[in-house]
Amino acid sequence: MVMHIVDRRLNPGSKSLENRQRFLRRAKALVQGAVKKSSQDRDIKDVLEGGEVTIPLDGMDEPRFRREGGTRDMVMPGNKKFVEGDWLQRPNQGGAKGSGAGEGDSEDAFRFVLSREEFVDLFLDDLELPDLAKRKLAETESEGIRRAGYATSGSPANISISRTVSRALARRVALRRPRKDEIETLEAELAECDDETRRTELLALLEALKAKAKRIPFIDPIDIRYRRFETVPKPVAQAVMFCLMDVSGSMSEHMKDLAKRFYMLLYVFLKRRYKHVEIVFIRHTDRAEEVDEDTFFHGPASGGTLVSSALVAMNDIVRTRFRPADWNIYAAQASDGDNMTSDSGLTGQLLTDKILPVCQFFAYLEVGEAANYTFDMPDSSLWTLYERLRNEGQPLSMRKVSERGEIFPVFQDLFKRRAKQERV
Amino acid sequence: MGSSGERLFEGADWDFQTLQRIHDACEKIARTELGLDVYPNQIEVITAEQMLDAYSSVGMPLFYKHWSFGKQFAFQEASYRKGLMGLAYEIVINSSPCISYLMEENTATMQTLVIAHAAFGHNHFFKNNYLFKQWTDADGILDYLEFAKGYIAACEDRHGRETVERTLDAAHALMSHGVDRYPGKKALDLRAEEKRAGERRQHEEAVFNDLWRTVPNTKAKSKAALTAERRRALLGLPQENILYFLEKTAPRLQGWQRELIRIVRHIAQYFYPQGQTKVMNEGTATYVHYRIMSRLHQQDRITDGNFLEFLQSHTNVVFQPEFDDRRYSGFNPYALGFAMMQDIERIVKNPEDEDRDWFPDIAGKGDVEGVLREIWSNYRDESFINQFLSPALIRRFRMFHLHDDPAESQGIKVDAIHDERGYRRVRRELARQYDVGFVDANIEVVDVDLDGDRRLMLRHTTVKGAQLNETDARRVLQHLADLWTYDVALTEVDGTDKVLKEYVVSPRAAAVAA
Repeated sequence: MVMHIVDRRLNPGSKSLENRQRFLRRAKALVQGAVKKSSQDRDIKDVLEGGEVTIPLDGMDEPRFRREGGTRDMVMPGNKKFVEGDWLQRPNQGGAKGSGAGEGDSEDAFRFVLSREEFVDLFLDDLELPDLAKRKLAETESEGIRRAGYATSGSPANISISRTVSRALARRVALRRPRKDEIETLEAELAECDDETRRTELLALLEALKAKAKRIPFIDPIDIRYRRFETVPKPVAQAVMFCLMDVSGSMSEHMKDLAKRFYMLLYVFLKRRYKHVEIVFIRHTDRAEEVDEDTFFHGPASGGTLVSSALVAMNDIVRTRFRPADWNIYAAQASDGDNMTSDSGLTGQLLTDKILPVCQFFAYLEVGEAANYTFDMPDSSLWTLYERLRNEGQPLSMRKVSERGEIFPVFQDLFKRRAKQERV
Repeated sequence: MGSSGERLFEGADWDFQTLQRIHDACEKIARTELGLDVYPNQIEVITAEQMLDAYSSVGMPLFYKHWSFGKQFAFQEASYRKGLMGLAYEIVINSSPCISYLMEENTATMQTLVIAHAAFGHNHFFKNNYLFKQWTDADGILDYLEFAKGYIAACEDRHGRETVERTLDAAHALMSHGVDRYPGKKALDLRAEEKRAGERRQHEEAVFNDLWRTVPNTKAKSKAALTAERRRALLGLPQENILYFLEKTAPRLQGWQRELIRIVRHIAQYFYPQGQTKVMNEGTATYVHYRIMSRLHQQDRITDGNFLEFLQSHTNVVFQPEFDDRRYSGFNPYALGFAMMQDIERIVKNPEDEDRDWFPDIAGKGDVEGVLREIWSNYRDESFINQFLSPALIRRFRMFHLHDDPAESQGIKVDAIHDERGYRRVRRELARQYDVGFVDANIEVVDVDLDGDRRLMLRHTTVKGAQLNETDARRVLQHLADLWTYDVALTEVDGTDKVLKEYVVSPRAAAVAA
């Protein structure tokens, strides 16, 4: 009998992908909750890694009629010492496991692995970039060029040779310009021809052909075509994220941890939207310095607090390394809110004149001690200042956070999709 | 013996020629020595990833889309990646041609085992067992699945994914009660089914006339005219195939929804025989691969090393943990089935006196293959065990029967063991464990209150006091009510018609049906 062997290995895989997506869509709320929970304990870059989540089966179950209880009869293998009529002690729970109809309570949790994309998608679902005034700037200032067909005029550098030659060829064929070999054959014939009448005939013919060839040029100016380019606004595909943090003595580990979590979220979020994201860490006491991530979060520092120093540093870095036309600039500042009163004026001025105009987004996060009801405390000096600026119409976002669990809600609140341009 | 002395392969590597050689060698033994009668074979080589895919669409090469398969896939993928679960070496589909999926990772020996097991063992069983012959249409299944997939996709386009999903969810919940247990008037023909679905639609389109909408409805018949008896007869009640009943009589379902229910029902019916023949099906396939592999080894077509490799997997497959073993989870159908097939071989060839008393029809008959083929064709697990489980095997497995009555304070009673007094009881009880009548709850549609609120009435006749799990029962009934669009009542009664529990569920506001 004929047997067929089919090699299916090269068939497109992931036939189940669509079913899987349907499942995720259906379980979205549950999975999202699980994703947020599992991301709470992760490090800044690990968030992008996907991973295993556990969701409760509730709502995802597929009920069936199943029975329980009643008298049960079981036949099992491996009798060692029982004889007919023996009585066995009931195990404390669930009876003898194994056989019996439809037992096995459905597991209360369902565990599976999400891919990196799925994870981040769910993690950042419903969030979008803030629609701030700066956007316009970012869109128009950067322009790219792209090919847009051919033109009859242009710079010699842009001559399209192939297009020009093919047009010339078409024209020569259409006007019946004598070909070179045609003339050569006639000349050869002429050279060998003895017959006088034939010679005059040939000569006349040659003359005519040569004249025609002269009249119809090999390449005419009207054949020439130039490659045409047009300029298009190019969306800036890179972003820089400034992390500003007060590291003076009053900032506790807990506060730094809160700030770190916020930066982490911002990083993940920007990473999704831009091809290339740079991070600049600026820490400050009464003077500011740019540091690496490790020093930023863990390096010791002490001193007073001058917020303006960080802003000055940021402004310098923007000026020298990140031209606002080429970069989307995001900044997040974390502080416990202390600032020298005398610094307020300078800080406000720097923000209004230098920083905010070039930033897509500036968020101020005031971190507090755990179990400290920040909202009951009088507003800190920095908060008061920023609030005043915001009321003056500056595009500033500000939130207070004192516990880990608040980070995600606050972040989500800052970036959630808004119907119109309402202020954060 | 011509080529039979040649080795089929060396080492673990194989290519398509090797597979062809293996298949041909197996086929020769299967046909001439075992007398097997199989569908043409189609062998498909797949990757582990594809095997996982196949797992989550109930092993079928194509299937409609539904989130529950995605859930299964996610779950299986997770356990596979963690190494909790090995993948099957093969999946075989009851279709003609009979499709066997082989994993590319298998060694040449494993491929031989798998071809002997699936392409000949299972294949023969599918083609010859009476249940499969009666209930499944091997020629049409793939075309039907293709139709189902396309139809459901088209429904999603036309009526929205959510609505379709809701209908399918409801139908899936009732899937185990969507099969005919007893042969109907005519055998199922899936190709004709597919055609009829198309014709029904065409007819509806052809006779559509908007005028009918404007004709006043005829007056309802006098209520007394339909007596309860006649009404039930008209509705074909009692009906244990709940999906069939819904498809035919649910008052407010759309045509396409009835078609979806029909699809789910047909697929449930297609798989119905597999659930009733696990022990036999695996027993047959295991016995066949064992015979074929031994013969190949005898003919020196596979090396001693290959044969040892085979024996190792074979032994794993037919391993039966004892009841107090942590790995125990009921009888392993491979172990029980294979042991019974071998035992029958022994009874037919070298019976003891005991076997002559117990199996006078087959003991010492001599024609092992003939007897086995006859058994493979005409039994299902329940009747097979009831008929052929021998005392010798009961002793070998040291089987015992426990009777657990919750009302009994002394504990669980050991009712029978592997002794003269116990053989028949052990055998009967084991057979009952495989009886579909006991495995699925006996739920029937008994009546519809056509005069009143159109309530659908169901009855669950309990067996041995086992009642439905309430949470799940309510959820399933909710689905049922959504399809029926009026109240649904379920009464649980015991053998003496004493009512144990009653459920009434009303359809949800956003019901499935329009």
